[in-house]
Amino acid sequence: MAIEVNGKTVETDEEDYLVNLSDWTKEIAEVLAKQDELELTEQHWEIITYLRDYYEEYQIAPAVRVLTKAIGKKFGKDKGNSKYLYSLFPYGPGKQACRFAGLPKPTGCI
Amino acid sequence: MEDEMMDEEVIKKFLYVNRKAPYGTVYALESLEVVLIGAAFDQDVSLAFIDDGVYQLKKDQNTSVDAGAGMKNFSKTYRALEAYDVEKLYVDKKSMDERGLSVDDLLVDVEILDEAKMAEMMGQQDVVLSF
Repeated sequence: MAIEVNGKTVETDEEDYLVNLSDWTKEIAEVLAKQDELELTEQHWEIITYLRDYYEEYQIAPAVRVLTKAIGKKFGKDKGNSKYLYSLFPYGPGKQACRFAGLPKPTGCI
Repeated sequence: MEDEMMDEEVIKKFLYVNRKAPYGTVYALESLEVVLIGAAFDQDVSLAFIDDGVYQLKKDQNTSVDAGAGMKNFSKTYRALEAYDVEKLYVDKKSMDERGLSVDDLLVDVEILDEAKMAEMMGQQDVVLSF
């Protein structure tokens, strides 16, 4: 599978996750979001950027529970809860946000 | 209803024993992934590192093809365990001594146990998984 971004073909797996993390650009995130009929706002980018930093530091995509807690610690309780995160990423903050961020599906996520 | 069921669940003591070097076989990575997945089940988890398994926690791992490994360096992931509530990491003293390693060489905080203490800790577990 693949997606087209700015005339460039980017390889994706059968669940639309990027095959090569290094392919990621902001435009790719926007194209993937558009496929899910989402417009990325500043609030979305906050989470996406956090996920990319997390991956850089720990080499894994965090479990939702761990992500939720970490977001709360970093951005405050208003954001560190499932209700807020699901409002941004209706298909699940783990699955969907990681996909937009160019990360693999979180370990343990089926 | 869900909460009630959760309360009835028994928390078991799980120990993952790691005895192999981090690269060359897939045991270390598989063990780590099982630990991360299992962490979702709110059990009492401990990890033990024995024999070449102590190398899994070594700082500054070079996993490039040139270095002979050619695998993704997953050692940074051990630092994420704390956020998964996996905080009990035990390392075998003799294995560390034989390899000239001290706690300063390791990526994460561990407790060093001698053989007797390690055996005692293992004896307290409900489930022991070896990798």
